[in-house]
Amino acid sequence: MERIPILKMGPFLLVTIQVDLYDRLALTLENDLINMVSKTEAKGVLIDISAVSIVDSFMGRILGNIASMSKIMDAATVVVGMQPAVAITLVELGLTLSGVHTALDVEQGMELLRTKIGQLDTDEEGLYDSYI
Amino acid sequence: MNKESAAALKGKKKQILENWMANQLKDAALRDDLMSVSELQQQSEEFLSTLLKAFASPNAEDTDSAGYESIHDILSEISITRARQGFSPRETSAYILSLKEVLSQVLEDRFKDETAILYREIISMNKIMDSLSLVTMETYIKGREEVILRQTNEMSEISTPVIRVWEGILALPIIGTLDSARTQVVMEALLEEIVATGSRIAILDISGVPTVDSLVAQHLIKTVSAARLMGAECIISGIRAEIAQTIVHLGIDLTNIYTKATLASALKMSFSMLSIQVSKAAQNGPVGSKQNFGF
Repeated sequence: MERIPILKMGPFLLVTIQVDLYDRLALTLENDLINMVSKTEAKGVLIDISAVSIVDSFMGRILGNIASMSKIMDAATVVVGMQPAVAITLVELGLTLSGVHTALDVEQGMELLRTKIGQLDTDEEGLYDSYI
Repeated sequence: MNKESAAALKGKKKQILENWMANQLKDAALRDDLMSVSELQQQSEEFLSTLLKAFASPNAEDTDSAGYESIHDILSEISITRARQGFSPRETSAYILSLKEVLSQVLEDRFKDETAILYREIISMNKIMDSLSLVTMETYIKGREEVILRQTNEMSEISTPVIRVWEGILALPIIGTLDSARTQVVMEALLEEIVATGSRIAILDISGVPTVDSLVAQHLIKTVSAARLMGAECIISGIRAEIAQTIVHLGIDLTNIYTKATLASALKMSFSMLSIQVSKAAQNGPVGSKQNFGF
């Protein structure tokens, strides 16, 4: 059966989705990823969806689920590289993925995760909250 | 319309054309600034010969019949061109109506002694010409609408430029009312630009938006959410006192969105978000001297 590889990079897990996600594959990914988080005690999960051009409400929900589950297990989730069309679709569907952090590309996503981990040691505030 | 009058009209084609041209030329509605006389003559001649051919067809009174197809095409062409060239409705319909007068004259000469036939022929000719002038008006208005539609599209495109104000900071000054269609254009333009430039912050400046109602606010929130999904943060700036009042009175929740009063303060905020420091350079010469600016 087809599986999406999950790579471990230091304290983070890296997932690059390069195929069209169908429901079964998404569910398997959710399952694998959460198991991996608990096994490796990862501090952050980075999901690259720059190659995904089609999303539906189910896919949006899976992303939200992964974020919420990781959060309970003390890992932050960053979704990077979302296509403009995908973003518009998700907003039109009413899915704003409030628990998920986002970044433009993998580099910025990694940076964001690093800041998150650094912040977790000092305080529990969000990244930009100190500026308001 | 019977065969005799069709033949009579055909026989007098040259005279009809001459009188028609004379009619058009002496009319106050003539626009020789938009169209030269020779061009008009050529257009009229082509139209007249097609029309006379249609008159001779078996069911000449039915303007929807096959014989009139080419007439409709020519007329549509003429009125659409005129609509684009800026002719007024009166000037456009005068073209067809001035021909009616000439045709009546010819029929009158032909059936001088047979009043009953003359009456019937004039009525049927009038019917045809009226229906043709309706076609003219309809296509004229269609042409104008096309012009209006094109201008609307151009306006909405012109009024949504995405400006790169700094490395990693985009600004989008919105001018005019935001409706669903425009929000879509604005949103797409902004998101494309975010991807193209890799910008992390976008400033939406709404000082040019006259009023903000719940619908406009919803559109703004949608744009902000979409940008956030892609990993860029949005700041809404240019919120005037009356807009702030409306938003609060309508009970719109903007607490999850960064808002600033002016573009300058939004820019300042973006600098601190990106940890950029902008400071005055140390002055070596008198204030305003050219070498200070590195030109």
